Amino acid sequence: MSIRVLVWVRRVSQAGFLALFLYFLFQTGFRGSFASAETAVRLPLPVEAFLLADPFVAAMTLLSTHTVYRGLVWSLGLLALTLVFGRVFCGWICPFGTLHHFFGWIFPSRYLRGNKRVESNKTAPRQRIKYYLMYAFLAASVAGSAIGGLFDPICIAVRAIGLAVIPAVQYVFGVASFVTGQAGVRPLQSATDVAQDFLAQTVWQSKQFYFHHTWFIGILLVAVLFMNRVIPRFWCRVLCPLGAFLGVFARFALFGMEKDHAKCTDCNLCLVNCQGADSPQGGVKWRQDECHMCLNCESACPEDVIKFRFLPNRKGTITKPDTGRRTAIASAAAGAAIVPAARIADVIDANYDHRVIRPPGSVEEREFLERCIRCAECMKVCPNNALHPAFFEAGVEGIWTPILIPRIGYCEHSCVLCGQVCPTGAIQKITEDQKLGLGQKPVSIGTAFYDQGRCLPWAMATPCIVCEEFCPTSPKAIWVEEVTIPRRLPIASEDGKEPEMTTVHVQRPHVDPSLCIGCGACEKVCPVQDKPAVYVTNVGETRSKTNVILLEDTNYNRPG
Amino acid sequence: MLQRLSAAGLVLGGAAAAARVRYDRGDVGVAAPRERPQTRDHRVPDASDLPALSVAKNESEPEALVRKAITALGGMKRFVSRGDIVVVKPNIGWDRTPIHAANTNPRVVAEVVKLAYDAGAKRVVVTDASCNEPNRCFQRSGIWKAAYDVGAEVVLPAEHRFRGMRLKGEVLDEWPVYTPLIQADKVINVPVAKHHNLSRYTAAMKNWYGSLGGRRNRLHQNIDVSIADLATFMQPTLTVVDAWRVLMRNGPQGGNIADAKEIRTIVASIDQVAADAYGCQLIGRSAEEIPYIRMGHERGLGTMHWKDLRWVEV
Repeated sequence: MSIRVLVWVRRVSQAGFLALFLYFLFQTGFRGSFASAETAVRLPLPVEAFLLADPFVAAMTLLSTHTVYRGLVWSLGLLALTLVFGRVFCGWICPFGTLHHFFGWIFPSRYLRGNKRVESNKTAPRQRIKYYLMYAFLAASVAGSAIGGLFDPICIAVRAIGLAVIPAVQYVFGVASFVTGQAGVRPLQSATDVAQDFLAQTVWQSKQFYFHHTWFIGILLVAVLFMNRVIPRFWCRVLCPLGAFLGVFARFALFGMEKDHAKCTDCNLCLVNCQGADSPQGGVKWRQDECHMCLNCESACPEDVIKFRFLPNRKGTITKPDTGRRTAIASAAAGAAIVPAARIADVIDANYDHRVIRPPGSVEEREFLERCIRCAECMKVCPNNALHPAFFEAGVEGIWTPILIPRIGYCEHSCVLCGQVCPTGAIQKITEDQKLGLGQKPVSIGTAFYDQGRCLPWAMATPCIVCEEFCPTSPKAIWVEEVTIPRRLPIASEDGKEPEMTTVHVQRPHVDPSLCIGCGACEKVCPVQDKPAVYVTNVGETRSKTNVILLEDTNYNRPG
Repeated sequence: MLQRLSAAGLVLGGAAAAARVRYDRGDVGVAAPRERPQTRDHRVPDASDLPALSVAKNESEPEALVRKAITALGGMKRFVSRGDIVVVKPNIGWDRTPIHAANTNPRVVAEVVKLAYDAGAKRVVVTDASCNEPNRCFQRSGIWKAAYDVGAEVVLPAEHRFRGMRLKGEVLDEWPVYTPLIQADKVINVPVAKHHNLSRYTAAMKNWYGSLGGRRNRLHQNIDVSIADLATFMQPTLTVVDAWRVLMRNGPQGGNIADAKEIRTIVASIDQVAADAYGCQLIGRSAEEIPYIRMGHERGLGTMHWKDLRWVEV
């Protein structure tokens, strides 16, 4: 096969994998089906497949939990591919890398032309940064925190596209169709309706999703894409810990570059479109750990200097990452130090934030932090838009881990989709029976409390109990007390005296904390709009033996 | 020099003109003209020789009950004409399976859809604006599959399907309304009869909550008047109350199989108030105890004295 054809095969592969990634992302949501009423609701596709194939995620969670969780064994496949072909993932498969490749091609900078462009694609010392980041993250994992998920490219792609790009495009589309609807032109209206229906069934969902501080996630994506105009493939060369991880293993690759330096005329054409900045040009040694295997150099070389082949001679090759031992040790030490530094802040032991309501089936907080890679799959799949990336609610270490914000959405009673898509087991794959507590205690994620100064029946002698109506447990955790209470009429009396009194019958709601599962349905539907009169905090969550209220739930009395 | 002056003058003049045209004097509180309420009346003319309410019992299949009840009213052809677009509005409010009796029984819905098609309907749309997550409600209620299997168009509530309407009721002034329910020639209300902790009983009139969007939880403060307002807004062609399984306690959501009781009854009526007045007896209530039924009666939407109507039990 000629090299030109191979380059095209690579482009098709990149486009195909990016399309597959986006398709899985669009399918990360429950859109219903014609299945019968009794069928368990699950997503038909392995939408988290790209994360399961991510060996950096597997390595982090292996170091933090000493286990490889379920589907993460697929990452061995990607490791095997790397051991044969080097960092072919970065050049041929990675959807985030493809985005950078694409943006660099679509929006080239005026300032990166000719010689400047060639210079920008030469190997630079800054490319070591990603290795130091990777060592830091792996050391942090050993110390007990999978915080490296912040920098994992697949996690970033899911998080930024899923939580920022898709909702933003949907929002713009919604405004546009509203404006066209206002115009009152019938055919235009039905056209936008058809488009809305189609997009709601394929790309987004039938309602607008909102995500907590997602502007920040979106800005970071825009910024890192913009960096391609300054340094091509900036993310992949300088920051990507997954690329670094694969770069470490690329040294064993059976496939690689051979250079015939004698033939080289120093035309530098090989550098014009070099993706990895891995020194393809003559006179220097090729950097195997930096090469994305994009094959642009061989395709561009007019003199047949560069040849990619199996079992090449390694005379002109540097196989190992060019990292300093001291710096590597220092960054690992710094990474490991993140964890105690974050934990001696007050957030976990001394002053656990009541807003950290974790998804149903989550493991205990410390183990959660060992496992959660902040990939946002759970937030994307949550049908009620209930799960959100935390900012600092869960401490600096918990940034972008999922928390449930009941005011925006509640945890749907029979839904276990977040556990289904969680790639690392931070949210376990619980069944409906486990969650609802058939023959066992149901999974509780918190407890509801009434703010009696704001609750209509309690404070304003006004009937309401929407919370009771929506309480999904059986028997209901919210029960009502029938009372007849005085109410002052809001009309001045004839003779200027105090307004008259009357009595009204209302139902005053109460929470039974032993039945409450903290789903937040009551808080979501409370008509007190700004600050609900019933609210959920995480106390009483099943996953913790210490974050409890009731005596019978204290850890001395609980099995397991 | 002249050029600069004229350019500056033009910009200044343009700004002044724009300000003049779009000047906002800040008048608030100008009395809005009293508009007529936008109501929807889908009733067919009363036929003096046919019953206005029928109660079907003593069958082992819900489908047979539905057929019996509607036949007793003169058959579906009395309500649906050839080429009609018919909207069937079951209760698909909750993420519960049929055994819990929180949503309309899917077999009842499917039978109504079938009868409407047999009567010559061009399209039959089945839809509701759910309380829980709609995809899950439609699937787990069994209604999505059952209605689809008999050829209905099942429409799931999406945000863009709600449009503000002037209901001009006592408590419901302007509210987002679910458009698939109002873009129809005929509307058949197929509620399920249930206990309701706040309104005591829910079936026909209360089912119109599923035609509203927005934050309808506010309406609970005055639930009876808001139900009467909704029934004023929406007068269906036909009401078919599913009392095959009835939630006796912990309504409207239920969740415990023990809370539901098999009553095996279907009530069909052209009068939604009468349908509720009859139906509330099934859970041991009487129409006098339920304010919204009385209000509906007083507003002339129907009669709470169902025995005064021509009615049959089959």
